[in-house]
Amino acid sequence: MAISTSTPSAGPPGAAPPPGTGAGTGGDRQRRSTLLHRLDVRGAPYAFVAPFFVVFAAFSFYPLIYTSWISLHRVELSTLNLMEWVGFDNYTALWDDDRFWNALLNTITIGVLSTVPQLLMALGLAHLLNYRLRGSTFFRVAALTPYATSVGAAALVFTMLFERDFGMINWMLSLFGVDNIDWENNKWAAQTAISSIVIWRWTGYNALLYLAAMQAIPRDRYEAAAIDGASRWQQFLMVTVPGIRSTIVFTIVLSTIGATQLFGEPLIFGQGPNGITGGADNQYQTLGLLLYEEGWKNYQMGRAATVAWAMFLLLIVVFVVQRVVQRVAARKA
Amino acid sequence: MDKFRRKSHTRAVAAVSAVSALGLIVSCGGSDSGGTGGGTKDGKVTITMGLFGVMGFKETGLLDTYMKEHPNVVIKADVAGDEQTYYTALQTHLAAGSGLKDVQGIEIGRAKELSDTQQDKFVDLAGVSGTDHFLPWKQSQVTTADKKVIGLGTDIGPMAVCYRKDLFEQAGLPTDREEVAKLWEGDWSKYVDAGKRFKQNSKADKVAFMDTSSGLFNAMIYGNSQQFYDKEGELIYATNPVVKDAWKLASEAATSGLTAKLRQFQPGWDPGLANGTFATAVCPAWMLAHISEKAGPANKGKWDVAKAPKGANWGGSFLGVMEKSPVKKEAQELVAWLTAPEQQAYLFKEIGNFPSSQTALALPEVVDAKSEYFSGAPIGKIFGAAAQEIPDEQVLGRKDGTIKDIFSQGLTLIEAQNKSPEQAWKTTDKRIGKAVG
Repeated sequence: MAISTSTPSAGPPGAAPPPGTGAGTGGDRQRRSTLLHRLDVRGAPYAFVAPFFVVFAAFSFYPLIYTSWISLHRVELSTLNLMEWVGFDNYTALWDDDRFWNALLNTITIGVLSTVPQLLMALGLAHLLNYRLRGSTFFRVAALTPYATSVGAAALVFTMLFERDFGMINWMLSLFGVDNIDWENNKWAAQTAISSIVIWRWTGYNALLYLAAMQAIPRDRYEAAAIDGASRWQQFLMVTVPGIRSTIVFTIVLSTIGATQLFGEPLIFGQGPNGITGGADNQYQTLGLLLYEEGWKNYQMGRAATVAWAMFLLLIVVFVVQRVVQRVAARKA
Repeated sequence: MDKFRRKSHTRAVAAVSAVSALGLIVSCGGSDSGGTGGGTKDGKVTITMGLFGVMGFKETGLLDTYMKEHPNVVIKADVAGDEQTYYTALQTHLAAGSGLKDVQGIEIGRAKELSDTQQDKFVDLAGVSGTDHFLPWKQSQVTTADKKVIGLGTDIGPMAVCYRKDLFEQAGLPTDREEVAKLWEGDWSKYVDAGKRFKQNSKADKVAFMDTSSGLFNAMIYGNSQQFYDKEGELIYATNPVVKDAWKLASEAATSGLTAKLRQFQPGWDPGLANGTFATAVCPAWMLAHISEKAGPANKGKWDVAKAPKGANWGGSFLGVMEKSPVKKEAQELVAWLTAPEQQAYLFKEIGNFPSSQTALALPEVVDAKSEYFSGAPIGKIFGAAAQEIPDEQVLGRKDGTIKDIFSQGLTLIEAQNKSPEQAWKTTDKRIGKAVG
């Protein structure tokens, strides 16, 4: 294109301007517009994604780096300008700190207690919602309402339900002759109660994700299965579950990340100083709460930053393990 | 043409998004000049306040009264329900140098830390006229080493014992407040003995003698001039006999089943007050408002107040003015007015916050005050006498608030999780090391 525009100007001087002379200046304009066009095509996508990356750099990357810098220091919240270099002391101290291992273990147990039943229930719920139901929209919206509730409100209501002396759950259990359970002070009771808040909030959300994936499964597969004599349950196992496998993996990853960062539910469940420490015996202190305790109760920002980095590294480990498992599974298949 | 327009359109969008992204960064970086929200505009002075809990200034209409008397002043008070949350935010604001109010409330447990580490950020209130009426120990708690005063006192928390007459009666204990006080006169261990008697004779087996052992622990240590720290600022809780004795008695109460295993101001405590699951609570003056509100009108006249075995002070606050405030002068006047004897007496009458002003303590409104809810108990006399017994010197430490919380949790370990007192002490000791180290 650029070559063809340059030819007319090569005509002999003095000769009547060939019909294309005007194109000489037009060629410049065109060249410029070509450049702009290329910039547009090549550059515009970068301009479009730039805001995200700029915000990411400012609010995620910079804090990440700064946090790692802080984690190498001894520094208190009230005197952030006074930093004392301690190298990796915070990390070795964390490694030797039984509170960290306790919190890690609690994070895992609460994570399993909440994620596994949650996803199984979501799968069942999605399967039911996938039937032709009267008022299905209503049920679908209803499934999503817990997710729309704020953590604070939900946790507060559950805290009242699980209250030892006057809570509704102990009252119901007493009808069956079960003695008052001290939900907060018993380790497994507390972890179950907290898991129930998580399950309540996220089951419907996951169910809708599954439902969306289920609706993409072609109807004729079910018909074929039905002709082959498969029962509803067999159809669920043989057609539905394999059909939404990638969505299931996705929700597992999401839930794992959510479980690792669990914070609001146990904090409000404990209320006051006990919430921050995850109970008097740290019986339900998660890593998120340990971070908060170090930073916003003991005001030791260096140690809090160390916990934050430990959580970050933990997520990376989980991610790598998940990829390896996936790859091994794919090879086997 | 059409094509061109479309192209220029995308280009414009790209430019706009790039610019707005830049704008985001810029607006995050540079806008803050560190104001406190207050200022003077069109002859009107705006004073902002950061408060917590029920300090009463907003709740009882004192701020409105002040604004009425000073038509050119507008006060905006921000009240946080929870002191822990409030203090965390205050620390962040102090560190960042932004988000502060003109006037900030200071809880007693934080007074030492603030006067040690942040005194430059507070206005020196030593010279404010008409502020020489405070109890001397109150003022000394916010006075720095070089005699700077970073806050003026609001209330104090002299302690007594609140008890349920009806529950005492059915357990065969006296109900008259004079006789009840004699049960444990002079020694907290007699209070625990009375609890054992209560437990033996009580017909309702679901009713505990006291709400929690940490209330008893607090009352015992706060009656002494040195608690967790000594005057030099060294931690002495592990060797201080005061703390040791309090721990011993509180854990004895916990292991003998005298407590309802509750945590004060947490869920379960409020319905406990309303339904009478415990018969006594060690109560500083400011707790009466909470009890009467949560126990509700149905229990009016069932509660009473008796003198505690030993005078002690739990809690109390201060108001400080920030050095950064553009309306420093007006804010100081406001703080001086709010903490003046008349206002303190008014607050005591309205919500039971006990005055820290010596002058107010002698006013008839305070001396003759009776609580209708608590069976007409002469709370002015009871708490006034308790205030006189509070030691003149109170040594505060930097992490008093945190250490108190950890001790409460340590007692919960014994009370609700069946740990032995020795085990719980070890855990507590280790936690304090972590928290203050």
